[in-house]
Amino acid sequence: MTEVATLSENWRFRRPVGTRWRLGAAVVGAFACLPIAALVTIASQGSEGLWPHMFTHVLPSALHQTLILLVGVGLVVAVIGTTTAWLVSAYDFPGRSILDWALLLPLAVPTYIVAYAYLDILHPVGAVQGLIRDVLGYQSPREFRLPDIRSIWACILLLGLVLYPYVYLTTRAMFLTQAANVVEVSRTLGTDQRAVFFRVALPLARPAIAIGLSLALMETLNDIGASEFLGVKTLTVSIYTTWVTRNDLPAAAQIALAMLVIVVLLILLERYSRRNQRYAAGAQRPRALVPTPLRGLPGFAACLFCLVPVLLGFVAPAAYLLVEAFGRYQFAGISPRIWSEIVNTVSISALATAFILGCGCFLACSQRSQPGRVTSVAARASTLGYAVPGTVLALGLLVPIGLFDRSVARVSADLFGSSVGLVLLGSGTALILAYTARFMGIATGGMEAGMARIPASLDQAARMLGQTQAGVFRTVHLPLTRPALVSAGLLVFVDCMKELPATLLLRPLNFETLATHLYGEAARGTYEEASVAALLIVAIGILPVIVLSKVGRTRSREASLAATPSSELDSQPSR
Amino acid sequence: MNLKQILIGSAIAVFAGVPSVGAAELNLYTTREPGLVQPLLDAFTASTGTKVNTIFLKDGLAERVASEGDQSPADLLMTVDAGNLVDLVEKGLTQPVSSDTLNSTIPAALRDPNGHWYALSMRARAVYAAKDLDVSAITYEDLSDPKWKGKLCIRAGQHPYNVALIAAFIAKNGEDAAETWLTGLKENLARKAGGGDRDVARDIMGGICDLGVANSYYVGLMRSGKGGPEQEEWAKAIKMILPTFENGGTHVNISGAAVARHAPNKEEAVALLEYLVSDEAQKIYAEANFEYPVNADAAVAPLVGEFGDLKIDEVNLTEVAAHRKKASELVEKVGFDN
Repeated sequence: MTEVATLSENWRFRRPVGTRWRLGAAVVGAFACLPIAALVTIASQGSEGLWPHMFTHVLPSALHQTLILLVGVGLVVAVIGTTTAWLVSAYDFPGRSILDWALLLPLAVPTYIVAYAYLDILHPVGAVQGLIRDVLGYQSPREFRLPDIRSIWACILLLGLVLYPYVYLTTRAMFLTQAANVVEVSRTLGTDQRAVFFRVALPLARPAIAIGLSLALMETLNDIGASEFLGVKTLTVSIYTTWVTRNDLPAAAQIALAMLVIVVLLILLERYSRRNQRYAAGAQRPRALVPTPLRGLPGFAACLFCLVPVLLGFVAPAAYLLVEAFGRYQFAGISPRIWSEIVNTVSISALATAFILGCGCFLACSQRSQPGRVTSVAARASTLGYAVPGTVLALGLLVPIGLFDRSVARVSADLFGSSVGLVLLGSGTALILAYTARFMGIATGGMEAGMARIPASLDQAARMLGQTQAGVFRTVHLPLTRPALVSAGLLVFVDCMKELPATLLLRPLNFETLATHLYGEAARGTYEEASVAALLIVAIGILPVIVLSKVGRTRSREASLAATPSSELDSQPSR
Repeated sequence: MNLKQILIGSAIAVFAGVPSVGAAELNLYTTREPGLVQPLLDAFTASTGTKVNTIFLKDGLAERVASEGDQSPADLLMTVDAGNLVDLVEKGLTQPVSSDTLNSTIPAALRDPNGHWYALSMRARAVYAAKDLDVSAITYEDLSDPKWKGKLCIRAGQHPYNVALIAAFIAKNGEDAAETWLTGLKENLARKAGGGDRDVARDIMGGICDLGVANSYYVGLMRSGKGGPEQEEWAKAIKMILPTFENGGTHVNISGAAVARHAPNKEEAVALLEYLVSDEAQKIYAEANFEYPVNADAAVAPLVGEFGDLKIDEVNLTEVAAHRKKASELVEKVGFDN
């Protein structure tokens, strides 16, 4: 990297290109900071007597609950995500080829849907307890029922079950591409299976676990749907209450910013704690791990361990939705609105994904070609949006977007005599901007990780042969990071599709998506009507998730291209 | 179909939906769910030819309209809870309108004295009790009686419906009494405060609790079978009681609407308001949503009539709205939702 840095330092004098990259990165980074800046403005409008009240009556319990929730979900996702990733990468056991991708499926189930589904399935009048009563010979739930699931423990478990794929995804990619050499060396040296996992694979996977875990924990921290359903009063729920019930937006913004500071500190702390560790891939050809066959009882146990999260996190809620949606279909048919909602959902998510990937690539690329404070700060800033609750981000974004729209409308009215209306809020553009502010970090992070695997010598060779920096990206980086790009794109797409608060607040008139439809029905308690939309969100989410798993598999093969002669680089990696 | 075509198609799909400016149209910003208001809007369009563009928002309606400022296309702002309507007025997002139809149809207590907002329907904060529970009448005060310990279900204390009820309690009995009452209520909870109003019926059927607090219209929606066969079962497990304050009547709240301050189609907005309180529309409110009509000429739905006579508490809704902040802070003080 240092060589690239000095090379580009030299070029900077001759070509203004570097300035352009940095300027671009600064613009993208500034956009990512825009909603936060707006929140600071809102918060500074002050709110009298907020903090004394918060300290006495709200924070003690909200912090306590939030902390338990974060630690609990963190443990669940880390254990499930890492163990399953290791099992499918290092071992061969019955069902592995299916579980390998099926383990990602819970990603398609939004937290608010899983909470509702389980509340219904496990309710005393639901299917499970009904069956238990039949078996035990009880007539009514008044004679026998299990404890209520509305508790923080259920919340931990349910969130863990749908969020562990973030850890699984990142960790598995790490095991597949990077673990082979060290793992095989330690196996050769006689290290036993357990020690290979705990002393070699796990430390190696730490950055990957950290990335997956931080995504999962931010989702947890910012969750409102599942927490509300299950009666867990987190900090985010407090923010919401302060804003909505007490009509005190400045106070809500203050709490949100305080929370953001804590999140940022934690992320910095994690990065700082492994500042002296290097995880670069070796210059030699990375190979896929050769899985150890597991037969008999161990094979069965491994299969079971991987099967349970899939069953609980995906199959059960999806089957429930299927039954509900089918019942609804027989009862009331399919609402004709649903078709336009599908089109809207997929279109806006696809457009946003394309835009977000563009921003992410640009930031990752500018950081590689122009390493320095501007580009790295911009890249880090792009992850801020993920660290604040969706509603808060949308409220923050509403301020600059409204300002822009009003100005454009006034100027156009002055110039042409007729107003163009609200150009951002009146079209879907505001939504695309909101998704970008929220999910850009996923794209930037994914592209950075993908590019980190490309040896700097390739860039240098390409520049030496006369490519421009953009040309290097197009002909070298893009083909080599394609798996990373596709992974990031699919993750962003699924997230956009599930996104609710910003979609609700910033969409144009007459524009419904599956998520807003679902919410509109759930908000008035007609869940059965919502089940069709919920099922469709899950169903559309499955497709990208399956592609995602295929990408992970081919990555190890394509990554090996990184070390092959440059003549092969112009051709697309064959599949 | 390659990626480029998908994206171009997407762009067309997203941006072609921008509403056109043309014949009579109006833009409705609503926090009432599309499933509730769409039948009313369809009927309005059928009778007047005015097209209604809608956006369903939840909690950010005021912020959205405020950020759009003088360029906002919003004509009519529709929401539930008197407090939310008062907030819209206080934020300067509404304008007064005067209409003989509105003033003669809607009782004075159910509209803003200056004509900023008008109630369109009413709902009572009711008590659902297990079918065989030996209770036929109850006061809100009674709900904190220790004899209900571990037997009460209710949604989150911070939900606007409950905050309004607690605010009404403060207005009736004072803040200290309200705190004692809320503490008693908290001690009676059978489960964490949370979920929705229909969950109260489901939880009573499931034996989790014996009685709970929920809005009146849900009973109609469940009993009528509109919520599907499962909910019909839930509703069969409960009986509906209209509670009162010890020295007063039943706490009601409203759904209502206000004309936006910068409404580009003010005339159409007023026309829609007038339509919504007409006998025809009030009948839809009553029979499709099982709410209480504000128009005295419109009858309540038969299912709602079975609840008995509604005696509305006399405390003014604006006064209730003024106590909301205190009520919400009380919820946190007694840790109602923890």
